[in-house]
Amino acid sequence: MIRLILRRLLQLIPTLFGLSLLLFIWLHRLPGGPETAILGERGTPELREAVRRSLGLDQPLWVQYGRFVGRLVTGDLGVSIQTHRSVWTEFGERFPGTVELTIVAMVIAVSVGIPLGYLAARRRGTWLDTLAVGGSLFGICIPIFFLAYMLRLVLSIELGWFPATGRQSVGINATRVTGFFVLDGLLTREWDAAWDALWHLILPGIALASIPLAIITRMTRASVLEVLGEDYVRTAEAKGLTARVIRQRHVLRNALLPVVTTIGLLTGGLLSGAVLTETVFAFNGIGHFVAAAIPARDYPVLMGFIMIIALIYVLVNLLVDISYTIIDPRVRVR
Amino acid sequence: MRGRRLGAALATTLVASLALVACAESERGNEGTPDTLIFGAAEDPKVLDPSLASDGETFRVTRQIYETLVQPELGGAEIVPGLAESWEPDETGTVWTFHLKRGVKFHDGTDFDAEAVCFNFDRWYNFRGLMQNPDISYYWQAVFGGFAQNEEEYADALGESLYKSCEAADPYTAVITTTRVTSAFPAALALAAFSIASPTALQQYDADGISGTVDNPTFPEYAMKHAVGTGPYKFVSWDTVTNTVTLERFEDYHGEKAKIKNLVFRAIGDLNARKLALRNGEIHGYDFVAPEDVAILRGEGFNVLTRPAFNILYLAINQSGNPALADIRVRQAIAHAINREAIVSSVYPEGSEVAKNFMPPSLPGYNANVTTYEYDVDKAKDLLAQAGYASGLTLKFYYPTNVSRPYMPDPAAIFELISADLQAAGITIEPAPLEWNPPYLNAVQNPGDHDLHLLGWTGDYADAYNFIGTFFARPTGEWGFDYPELFAAFVEADSEPDYDTRNGLYEDINAMIADFVPGVPIAHSPPSLVLASNVTGLAPSPLTDERFHTVEFVTP
Repeated sequence: MIRLILRRLLQLIPTLFGLSLLLFIWLHRLPGGPETAILGERGTPELREAVRRSLGLDQPLWVQYGRFVGRLVTGDLGVSIQTHRSVWTEFGERFPGTVELTIVAMVIAVSVGIPLGYLAARRRGTWLDTLAVGGSLFGICIPIFFLAYMLRLVLSIELGWFPATGRQSVGINATRVTGFFVLDGLLTREWDAAWDALWHLILPGIALASIPLAIITRMTRASVLEVLGEDYVRTAEAKGLTARVIRQRHVLRNALLPVVTTIGLLTGGLLSGAVLTETVFAFNGIGHFVAAAIPARDYPVLMGFIMIIALIYVLVNLLVDISYTIIDPRVRVR
Repeated sequence: MRGRRLGAALATTLVASLALVACAESERGNEGTPDTLIFGAAEDPKVLDPSLASDGETFRVTRQIYETLVQPELGGAEIVPGLAESWEPDETGTVWTFHLKRGVKFHDGTDFDAEAVCFNFDRWYNFRGLMQNPDISYYWQAVFGGFAQNEEEYADALGESLYKSCEAADPYTAVITTTRVTSAFPAALALAAFSIASPTALQQYDADGISGTVDNPTFPEYAMKHAVGTGPYKFVSWDTVTNTVTLERFEDYHGEKAKIKNLVFRAIGDLNARKLALRNGEIHGYDFVAPEDVAILRGEGFNVLTRPAFNILYLAINQSGNPALADIRVRQAIAHAINREAIVSSVYPEGSEVAKNFMPPSLPGYNANVTTYEYDVDKAKDLLAQAGYASGLTLKFYYPTNVSRPYMPDPAAIFELISADLQAAGITIEPAPLEWNPPYLNAVQNPGDHDLHLLGWTGDYADAYNFIGTFFARPTGEWGFDYPELFAAFVEADSEPDYDTRNGLYEDINAMIADFVPGVPIAHSPPSLVLASNVTGLAPSPLTDERFHTVEFVTP
């Protein structure tokens, strides 16, 4: 097991290097640079040149890449061109928000998707099944930003149940401890701040959950159907086990294996969904920040983001593989 | 039975959600109690030290905290007294005496006096190293042109400084000497970038301590966490996580004190999100109302304020690419072919005007009697035939996508209209749409294959040079022409000390430009901002220089 983890971590190094080189070249090939973004209508050739030089962009590309790598190995992602603050600081402030949002979305997707998929499979062919299958198709097809707009229009503007934007109401003077607003509220016993922060997470959480919810529902349904037809379920029934034991020990456990893998992969994918959701809800997370960094050609932020996302993907996959060996003894690696 | 359990779980979740709803509703009362005004901005400020900034979002905040020697009148562009009660140049036009207001205090309790003024000017003049980055001290460079010692790496874009010295003749008289006569004085001193900060605070918080390497500058503590001026609001906090800047009324303010105690600027990047936040009562107003929303929001009872137009959209013609465009008859034909009235009435919001000069009519130096090119398709065809293009001419027309600028609400629609007009006159258009920033700006501001393109400008301060000088005072890749007489006329006007004579010269220059047809001025558009129905007292400014201390809540 430890050997597996070590090997995977070692494999990470060439992956990250290759990825960073490709993306570095690609980013710098995009037309226009940060100097145009900064100066806007004011750009004269002399000014643009001066800004380029001040950002070190007048150097040959390989020198710039060398500098990037030199910094990367010491864990330094550089400074954001837009804000002049360290990329780590910018990410550090925003990651908790995105993580909270991802957790809420995943909790919604799992806590609704698995029971719904299970029930749909158990009552195959009933209205519930049709609803679950049709609903999941809808969840996959509907664009996140459209769903987000609709949710906000109905649930916050029309009904006034939820806030339309932001991570916390302006009137609340919350104490910051970890940067995770809900957690901070609980730690400092500022219950109103925790509620308020959680409340701001619900609508974007639902919007972000739509795709994983649909996928999890479908996966669970299909997987449960498959398992229900297995010989060992029939055997279990035949030897007179109670329906409850069969369901919990034989059906669910086996059926959830592929679902767990999917959940891992989906969590990584949520980060890209967050770009849209966070923009629509003016939710100051990583996605919102990176969406703004693209037109600004904020190279350090974009490179840093890509490196971190790649790292997260690889680590999540590793975790999924490890959890597999725990849930399913058959895949244990020798 | 398992199913029943799940059902129960779902029901519990639902009940819990409803409880949460009730809870959130009870909390909504906390938002925007009458002693706090929350205004929706488009972005966080970049810094809190206005001398290191060049963007409107930074100035929106610092305008409330700091003041300048002279300032634009509330809701206008005219220069009126600020921290200086009066001022006069000597007969050479290079020695400017400013008589300062008495009894003014900085937020840290120290006194504002001539020493403080000179401390600030000397500080800017002596910026070294990274502080000379044009991205950082843009306005000092734009107005004063250089520093005490220009750093080698920025020397190309810098020259001899316009600034020579500042002296405190007595505690309330500051004398600023320039190295040459300039048209920028005193109007440019109203720029937020020349805000007077407390010398004590600047020193205490290491305001010039910019650190890091060339490509990694980090702003000093003063610029991020402390901002000490003389304005009606003092700085309390800047939370980059929730994107809010909080200010509080300065009780010892020397003028009319702020009516609302707390002022919060909350950045919401997405325009639609700003609109919904306003409707939901999360903010009390926001800037950059989309033209199509103006009537809708008014209908819903919001106060939509329209700023006087202080901008220009033009169709630029590049004379260094296609040889046809170097022929003035072709350029005249293009001007005659475009129905500008139709563009303004169909794409622009109420209150917009068709442009005659490349600057707004409210500015001195504007010339209403320049040559105009009325919409006349036959005349356009004649001119094209005379120039030898009767059989047709193909032009590449660049326009930006996914952007709305204050002077250009819908570039694609404007492109379509102009393009149809030009086709009607026998010119074939090859469309070149590009994303605004950076590809579009990069393409049209450099020499290249752009024959026609749309671009514009919003004025920084009330001076003709800030518009027409920016466009036409030297050869550029955007316009691609060399017209030495015009460039010389700009040099002459810019160094004319007498205000009226200078503006007379700008009127002549506007006539020269109109005759030369470097492009076609199209429209001046008034940008809008919106406030909740119970908020009044904000004077919309053509320079987007709104000051919030006069704002108050009313019972509707």
